[in-house]
Amino acid sequence: MIEINVNGQIHALDIAADTPLLWALRDNLGLTGTKYGCGMSLCGACIVHVDGEPMRSCVTPVSSVVSKKIKTIEGLSTDSSHPLQQAWIAEEVPQCGYCQSGQIMTAAALLAKSPTPSDADIDSAMNGNLCRCGTYSRIRKAIHRAAEIMRSKA
Amino acid sequence: MNAIDTRRRQFLKASVAVGGGLVIGFVMPTARQAMASEPKDNFAPNAWIRIAKDDTVTLIVAKVEMGQGVYTSLPMLLAEELEVDLTKIHLEDAPPGKEYIDPILKFQATGGSTSVRSSWKPLSEAGAATRMMLIAAAAETWKVKPADCRAENGMVIHKTSNRSLSYGQLAESAARQPIPKKIVLKDAKNYNYIGKPVARRDSPAKVNGSALYGIDIKIPGLLTAMFVPCPVFGGKLKSVDDSAAKAVKGVKHVFQVENGVAVVADGFWSAKQGREALKVQWDEGALAQLDSAAIERQFEQATTQIGNIARKEGDVVTALGKAAKTVEAVYHAPYAPHCTMEPLNCTVDLRADHCDIWVGTQVPAMAQEAVAKVTGLPNEKIKVHITYLGGGFGRRLEVDFITQAAAIAKLAGAPVKLIWTREDDMRHDVYRPASFTKLRAGLDAKGHTTVWEQHIACPSIFKRYMPALLGEEGKKVDPSSVEAAADHPYAIPNVRVDYHVTDPGVPVGFWRSVGNSQNGFFTESFIDELAHAAGQDPLKYRLQLLAKQARIRGVLELAATKAGWGEPLPKGTGRGIAAVFSFASYAAEVAEVEVSANGEINVKRVVCAIDCGSIVNPDTIKAQVEGAVIFALTAALKGPITIKNGQVEQSNFHDYPLLSLVETPKIEVYIVDSHEAPGGVGEPGVPPLAPAVANAIFAATGKRLRRMPFDLSTA
Repeated sequence: MIEINVNGQIHALDIAADTPLLWALRDNLGLTGTKYGCGMSLCGACIVHVDGEPMRSCVTPVSSVVSKKIKTIEGLSTDSSHPLQQAWIAEEVPQCGYCQSGQIMTAAALLAKSPTPSDADIDSAMNGNLCRCGTYSRIRKAIHRAAEIMRSKA
Repeated sequence: MNAIDTRRRQFLKASVAVGGGLVIGFVMPTARQAMASEPKDNFAPNAWIRIAKDDTVTLIVAKVEMGQGVYTSLPMLLAEELEVDLTKIHLEDAPPGKEYIDPILKFQATGGSTSVRSSWKPLSEAGAATRMMLIAAAAETWKVKPADCRAENGMVIHKTSNRSLSYGQLAESAARQPIPKKIVLKDAKNYNYIGKPVARRDSPAKVNGSALYGIDIKIPGLLTAMFVPCPVFGGKLKSVDDSAAKAVKGVKHVFQVENGVAVVADGFWSAKQGREALKVQWDEGALAQLDSAAIERQFEQATTQIGNIARKEGDVVTALGKAAKTVEAVYHAPYAPHCTMEPLNCTVDLRADHCDIWVGTQVPAMAQEAVAKVTGLPNEKIKVHITYLGGGFGRRLEVDFITQAAAIAKLAGAPVKLIWTREDDMRHDVYRPASFTKLRAGLDAKGHTTVWEQHIACPSIFKRYMPALLGEEGKKVDPSSVEAAADHPYAIPNVRVDYHVTDPGVPVGFWRSVGNSQNGFFTESFIDELAHAAGQDPLKYRLQLLAKQARIRGVLELAATKAGWGEPLPKGTGRGIAAVFSFASYAAEVAEVEVSANGEINVKRVVCAIDCGSIVNPDTIKAQVEGAVIFALTAALKGPITIKNGQVEQSNFHDYPLLSLVETPKIEVYIVDSHEAPGGVGEPGVPPLAPAVANAIFAATGKRLRRMPFDLSTA
């Protein structure tokens, strides 16, 4: 049995130790907001937070995150009230939407560290997250907007 | 106001719903043809709009949501004329059915940038007719004139007494009203929704992980399957040693199926481990030696002769003889993959006498047909559940993965979700065809283009997808291979465009804007070459040749003005322009490109102008054009897909990268204000991008790039 802490809940899973966290989340815990895109750490669709750091769950063995705190898109807020979620809707970012969980989780880790990110900060944090619909310009705008929302609440 | 005479149309039908609501059915023109041969008493227009006693308004959406915003734009059309709150319209995905055949595409599909074009009229007219019947029902109840009542926000109100009844209260009596003889549509100046930026209805679910894609489906007892096809196109399974695969924990079955091997397991990871433990022998077949160079030789060889004529005006041979100057060029576009971010998948729950499938598909009816073929069940026993699509771009117009899922489910005896890996997707796509063109043009002494000769060699998509379209002998020109070449808008008196079907064996399919993406690059680059050969400004040169084409002139001028055409740029930076008519819309783009000393291409800014006629949701149009630019930039700058030993060499995003955020130029989109009929939106932004960038690179460096992806090191 492997115990993992996801969105504040402890789960005991009877799975192979090398199972990627992505599939533990999706197949065993039913948390399907985290997406499979490439399986090789190349697209960012699977990004979750592990102790606050953005991690590519498709190449993260579940055994490596035991006793760490994992947060998925489902745990970002209970009511879609996170400033990034608000900003994503306000800027009409999603098209097909498939990559957006990974985009938002990556951006959330960025804003947690850099509450007022520059374009260069955004470039360096977000560049590994692919979007085939081409929503990049709006992602950039939405991150700036979320930063403003956070400032106005602070 | 626009009154529409319905007497000869008879396309609407009202009826009382179970429980007393109102049901409005209507029939699209093409569906009417498809159903004409059926016995009269079988004619039952399907319910498209339902108003229940509890005021719920339901719209059946015959288009799937793959990011293009139809879950918002289509109900906007209904809400506008019906006078209801958009956010309160409940949506239901249309099942497979002839009623939902697209009148432009002539089959049930979401593609070809048709959704708004096909839906505007029927949804508006059905909404308006329903509103008029609700008003008539209220007037009858109150014994007043319909003209003294108005509809507003789901209510009918008597203007003088302010009495009101909700649509739900009126639904049953409205259903007994005759269909209005003349349907009165709203004046555009009174629109509440159409033409205004409206919040997408699918966004909230797409920011919290709750939006359900095919890959997310969970049903009791569900197993995960992978399918291993022969890596060589056209190859066959020889033998498989599955002993190690079956020993992997969680692997339930290994099957030989559909000319490949399926591994069925309790989850993705065990299925993948099982797959990797397979030892498979393939009979690689006739294409085992095929490579990209050989394919290009086939194309080149084909174009040494005149092929099937796609366009012929004047006398090309004589005109070339008389030309003061001739210009020749050869252009090439590679195979291009779709790379939907959601890998292909399909869930099949097959029971003895019925079947449920869950799939993100652009073709629900074909999906049903595919499963019927495999399972032997009649179509009506197969229920197709539509999910959100994690990207379509034409890939989900195919049912290969659906057929595989059904075949595996048939053997597994349990519900199965087939998931393709990214590698499966990259290496077993139906690629945007590679295309090859030889161009020759003649200019007179004043620099006017008098003659245009073009040979195109390109694999045919329709030959496989819809062979009937190519005639009984299959010899007609495939329109998807010659679009944006055979119909280029320039006034050139002598034109011949011919076409050679070439079939190297690599599977090809529809891809965002299809042939326009290759031919738009060819023709709009070559026109630029002609402008330079004539010593003229590329914009002015185009405008001269487009004297009678007001709308394409319009987008060229708008994009040029907004981009600051003609204003000086720093050294090493160039500006290029291109315009392409596709999917009933006109799009022009100006690219500003910086080329570094070592030949790196940096696209800094793209200014787009689109004339797509009457518009529904302007922000969605902007988003679609922005996305089209990025999609087209990937094809122009990344890849290509190459073939070696009969296989695709690329496998994932490390060797076929997509454009990233850092590489994203500043994109501006301007929409022409128009009352023309609506045009397409999802695709028209793609074709002008590559030629605009190539033309900008020429302006910056004097180097003409005639091959995608662009690479200055080989130019």
